[in-house]
Amino acid sequence: MDKGTWTVKAGLAQMLKGGVIMDVVTPEQAKVAEEAGACAVMALERIPADIRAAGGVARVADPSLILAIMEAVSIPVMAKCRIGHFVEAQMLEALGVDFIDESEVLTPADESHHIWKHDFKLPFVCGCRDLGEALRRIAEGAAMIRTKGEAGTGNIVEAVRHMRAVMDEIRKIGSMTTDEFVAEAKALGAPLELVIEVHKAGRLPVVNFAAGGIATPADAALMMQLGAEGVFVGSGIFKSSDPEVRARAIVKATTHYRNPEIIAEVSKGLGLAMPGLDIKTIPTEELLAPRGW
Amino acid sequence: MKRIGVLALQGDFVEHIALLRRLKVEALSVRLPRELDGLDGLIIPGGESTTIGRLIKEYDLMAPVRGLAREGFPIMGTCAGMILLARRISDINVEPLGAMDIDVRRNAFGRQVDSFETDLEMPVIGEPPFHCVFIRAPFIEMVGDGVEVLARLPDGTGVAARQGNMLALSFHPELTDDLRLHEYFLRIVPGDRER
Repeated sequence: MDKGTWTVKAGLAQMLKGGVIMDVVTPEQAKVAEEAGACAVMALERIPADIRAAGGVARVADPSLILAIMEAVSIPVMAKCRIGHFVEAQMLEALGVDFIDESEVLTPADESHHIWKHDFKLPFVCGCRDLGEALRRIAEGAAMIRTKGEAGTGNIVEAVRHMRAVMDEIRKIGSMTTDEFVAEAKALGAPLELVIEVHKAGRLPVVNFAAGGIATPADAALMMQLGAEGVFVGSGIFKSSDPEVRARAIVKATTHYRNPEIIAEVSKGLGLAMPGLDIKTIPTEELLAPRGW
Repeated sequence: MKRIGVLALQGDFVEHIALLRRLKVEALSVRLPRELDGLDGLIIPGGESTTIGRLIKEYDLMAPVRGLAREGFPIMGTCAGMILLARRISDINVEPLGAMDIDVRRNAFGRQVDSFETDLEMPVIGEPPFHCVFIRAPFIEMVGDGVEVLARLPDGTGVAARQGNMLALSFHPELTDDLRLHEYFLRIVPGDRER
């Protein structure tokens, strides 16, 4: 019996597809998410909108909070560590969470190096803004990718930008001839083998979700139609006026993402979405997506 | 051509559809009750059983799928699909379809750190052993009369079962290149809509 293999790591990401992963900061919120049909929860001390508002250094969550959330629900529990902070990741593995997010939402611990994720038995998900970044993370051992978007804004514009960038580059590589692969790998800053894999499969070698700014059922369906295989919703649910109803609606819109009648139906009477931020009003040094490379 | 539906509410339904197409079978995704019409068989994929179970209820698929199961319609469930086919499950978060006379424990091996892969003998498909991928997998705690256990772990734990035209697997043949269990299921399915 082999544990912690690539197949079981990438395989858990495959089981999450078509689903919604929700940020939660208490066991009660985790239960609301599970009851609403979340396929996993992300255990955090503060949701991204509050991290953004609070400033300062954001670190891994208190283990007692993560354990309480693991106790509260039977669906997979993810938790975030800082970029490059492999000891926070070791801690999360010791706690026995199901998935680790090496996340730009927390303050990076290393500005040059991401974690060498092949050393872990648990799967990692990492953010990306384009295909090169996605393939670099996969080379380091990420078993799942999410486009970064701009967390804690309730604004979908960056998530769309990043998903389009990834999908456009995949289509471009798909139509390339063999003599173009090396130059493309150089331009992307990505391993040649992974560029060839993308060419052959016409997709990323691992599951790709969308994150960072999803606030409505229509936002979730938009990301699915653009090529996401599932969505992360952070602040969008528990910063809205009626989290239970909104959570259920986003789950349904993610399943029925090609069915406008259902998306319109579930969008009725949801109450207020989170207020949202115009990206242009955020000072450049406070943007989260440029963290990591 | 046989026409197989794959329940596409959440989970790895795309992998099942791709595998069925390699077997030259018409494979369709099922999200709403009307999409069950005209099928010869149904696959309930891997995924999160609480999510799939909730969406089955919300979109009124519970009664029609139960009805099909009672009529002897061929259904295969993998992992979450096995949980949903069960008569009884170990926790209250999911309401199963109750189609097969098996008791199933969810997340029976533990959390993700305990997910594993291993080769298992399966007499119904012959040699070589099947490479089985278990991800936060369930296992069978008890089987009723008329249920045949098709595969066991070395300690005797049941991880695959057949009852009539229904097939339940703890693991994920759709994550491998081995087509034999899908072929086995397709042999259960009557040819060209004779149903």
